[in-house]
Amino acid sequence: MSGSQAIPATHARDADPYKLGRAPYHGAAGHGHGGEPTGHGAGGPAPKRVIVGFGFWIFLLSDIVMFSAFFAAHAVLADSTAGGPSGKDLFDLTHVALETALLLASSFTCGMAAVATEARSQLWTQVFLLVTGLLGLGFLILEVQEFAHMIGIDAGPGRSAFLSSFFAVVGCHGLHVTAGLLWLGTMMAQIFVKGFRPPILRRLLCFNLFWHALDIIWVALFTIVYLIGAGA
Amino acid sequence: MFGKLTWDAIPWDQPIPLVAGAVVIVLLLGVIAWVILKGYLPYLWREWITSVDHKRVGVMYTLLGIVMLVRGFIDAIMMRSQQALAYQAPGYLPPEHYDQIFSAHGTIMIFFGAMPFMIGLMNFAVPLQLGVRDVAFPTLNSTSFWLTATGALLVNISLVVGEFARTGWLPYPPLSELAYSPGVGVDYYVWALQISGVGTLMSGINLVTTILKMRAPGMSYLRMPIYCWTALASNLLIVAAFPILTATLAMLTLDRYLGFHFFTNTAGGNVMMFVNLIWAWGHPEVYILVLPAFGIFSEVISTFSSKPLFGYRSMVMATMFICVVSFMVWLHHFFTMGAGADVNAAFGIATSIIAVGTGVKVYNWMFTMYGGRIRFATPMLWSVGFIVTFVIGGMTGVLLAVPPADFQLHNSLFLVAHFHNVIIGGVVFAAFAGLTYWFPKAFGFRLHEGWGKAAFWFSLAGFYLTFMPLYVAGLLGMTRRLQHYDLAQWRPWVLLAGLGVVVTCLGVACQIIQLVVSIRERVELRDEMGDPWDGRSLEWATTSPPPAFNFAVLPDVRGEEPYWEIKRRAIETQQLADEPEYQAIEMPRNSPTGFITAFFSTLTGFALIWHIWWLVVVGLVAAYAVFVWFAWRDQDEYEIPAAEVAAADRERRRAREAWLRANVRVREPA
Ligand code: HEM
Ligand SMILES: [Cu+2]
Repeated sequence: MSGSQAIPATHARDADPYKLGRAPYHGAAGHGHGGEPTGHGAGGPAPKRVIVGFGFWIFLLSDIVMFSAFFAAHAVLADSTAGGPSGKDLFDLTHVALETALLLASSFTCGMAAVATEARSQLWTQVFLLVTGLLGLGFLILEVQEFAHMIGIDAGPGRSAFLSSFFAVVGCHGLHVTAGLLWLGTMMAQIFVKGFRPPILRRLLCFNLFWHALDIIWVALFTIVYLIGAGA
Repeated sequence: MFGKLTWDAIPWDQPIPLVAGAVVIVLLLGVIAWVILKGYLPYLWREWITSVDHKRVGVMYTLLGIVMLVRGFIDAIMMRSQQALAYQAPGYLPPEHYDQIFSAHGTIMIFFGAMPFMIGLMNFAVPLQLGVRDVAFPTLNSTSFWLTATGALLVNISLVVGEFARTGWLPYPPLSELAYSPGVGVDYYVWALQISGVGTLMSGINLVTTILKMRAPGMSYLRMPIYCWTALASNLLIVAAFPILTATLAMLTLDRYLGFHFFTNTAGGNVMMFVNLIWAWGHPEVYILVLPAFGIFSEVISTFSSKPLFGYRSMVMATMFICVVSFMVWLHHFFTMGAGADVNAAFGIATSIIAVGTGVKVYNWMFTMYGGRIRFATPMLWSVGFIVTFVIGGMTGVLLAVPPADFQLHNSLFLVAHFHNVIIGGVVFAAFAGLTYWFPKAFGFRLHEGWGKAAFWFSLAGFYLTFMPLYVAGLLGMTRRLQHYDLAQWRPWVLLAGLGVVVTCLGVACQIIQLVVSIRERVELRDEMGDPWDGRSLEWATTSPPPAFNFAVLPDVRGEEPYWEIKRRAIETQQLADEPEYQAIEMPRNSPTGFITAFFSTLTGFALIWHIWWLVVVGLVAAYAVFVWFAWRDQDEYEIPAAEVAAADRERRRAREAWLRANVRVREPA
């Protein structure tokens, strides 16, 4: 379980990491890792990079389950406007389209940051992460504007069950973006101070996964809450 | 400054919680003073509180579970004695207090008794069975534990500061909404569960990753011990179900704190949505508890029948089948909602089908015993008691799954008897079976057999005496959660159940005595060799207690029962395998992250409950600071030099060697 196993991923691994005196496993998922155990069986525990990435995936799946509960609630309550405004009255699709554009662009720059990391370029990694963060911040500002506007015209979450579920599901995503920004800032400071060490690289991998997952959830939000809501 | 918190929050006029609270505080202070005076504090801090060793974390989880089971049992004694007295009388517990007790009882038993116990055993045994050195994320593991402890602490604080929920172990709205529960009780419930729920989720992620990605070389999926399979299924359910609980409680919180309308009676809120959501988590939850229990029984029955588990593959299939189907039956908890005959029929049938998976398991256990050389040690007694008891509980469950019958029995004592039947007979029995089974592995000495057997028989008798009468009372129409009652027909059954609790008390007493006696006689009960039960899976291959690194070299797995094979080979060839080439081992460093996180979560949780907003902000900022501080550390591992590893392993080999010599004579004639 040595921490230094993680880089560089493409190097051929010690052919027999657990000193069993037999050749490494070349079974189902053995390809592409050059002899590195995959954790699928014969090879023994997977290296830390695989374990961390895998664990983070499981976390993201659980997060998506949580969102799906909020989505389900929204589906149930979408028509419970209690005589108040509906999505049709409230949603400004150009505004939402702008939010979407910012978030999708931030996902792209986040991917670029990963490419820069792969090339071990401190400068470009930082630049792309910074742009990612600014785009995310822009998204958040637009979202807060939208919320403030709605609350201002007496369409806050206390107005109706529909608005409760709207604010909850969109706000939950917004909270995730906020947490992501905090993480991003911390990450940038760490890369700056410590450089591309294996633990930092693993965290960057997780951050990338997280940020893209938020994008996926936003696409669902955009479609289910806004587009369908504005059409109904 | 202190939000809603004033001196009046302490129930000065109610002697029972006040005295109970005072006793607990005195005891706690006494223990702390003893620890400090004896100079154990540095040891505790170094070896336990900051430990990220899965074995230590597992033991602490289990200990929390045991303490909370006792705490919940005290509630049970109070409820049963209240009902015994409250025939055409008010009894000694006023309704608002009685309601808090049954709510606290269910909450504590499920979330802080059964869950930590099961998670603790999984934490302890799974990495050992997989033949690896730790879980995937050791520091996270310790954090999970401490967050669970935070939740337990908050619930217990509610005993003396404020009040607990009066809404049952699942706070159904609209009763749990601000309009009908304006006090802090529901808030205690919500925040305690949210915080410990985060811990449970993280521990689920941790164990899933461990099982899927970290196994000894050669251990393919179908060579994993069955306990690891059930742990996998259980933790997959945690990952898939606990986020639903988090979301649901978050919605209730938004309703209560920010005037949202998810579940209110007004502005379009939908009460039944809460019930649907909570059971979409709640039904999987019962299988989160009982699947690892099945795993423990499988291990125990196979070991003490001296046979491989019968139908290993069908056991795996049944486990995964239950894992999936348990997500498709939640509606059986509210057939009376009025979803209509078709929906009810579909869910009724799905529910009955789950029993098929369980049935497969029951037959497998019986066939495992059939023809085996059975040793009725304490863990085996719990297992046999389980098989009989659980079958009864399963059958009453199938009865409840028939919607027309359920319309009669829903929320009656028949239901109460059903779920206690499966949870006590399944989960609690498994907890004790697992405790006696793995105790020698954890501490190096066995638990006393005589007291263990006494505990089993009293608990078994106590269980039947308490809950069989409740089935009858339920059939006679007695509903659950009654603070008093007037009907003469119910009385004998209620009194019998009260008597049952007395017998159960004896069982609990035997358990405690067993622990004390075993610790005092630990020298005679010593497990020298590390394999006290003639075990079959890898945890028995190492010493008792195992070294921090579990295995000096990772075992090379070549079949379904790796340790059994190693043992066979050793006996046949009359020698141990050749001494391996020892190497230095890197292990994760201890870390106070978990404890500090829990400290600030306790503050934050308490502040949220009492609306002390500045403290909430302080807590959150501190949490972020801890996160950064943890992320910043450079050295997260330390190295155990090869010589030390070799010395430890040679010690183990000497003990095995001695055992081999001693055993030759016994085995040769056969
Ligand atoms: C053989 C399989 C089982 C079947 C068919 C079954 C069926 C049912 C049904 C239909 C109910 C709802 C009754 C009502 O509310 O009117 C119920 C309640 C319950 N069951 Fe089971 N059950 C089974 C196994 C289990 C197991 C293994 C556990 C736990 C380890 C469990 C724990 C519970 C609990 C806690 C409740 C009720 C909780 C409450 O309402 O507060 N059941 N069961
Ligand atoms: Cu159920």
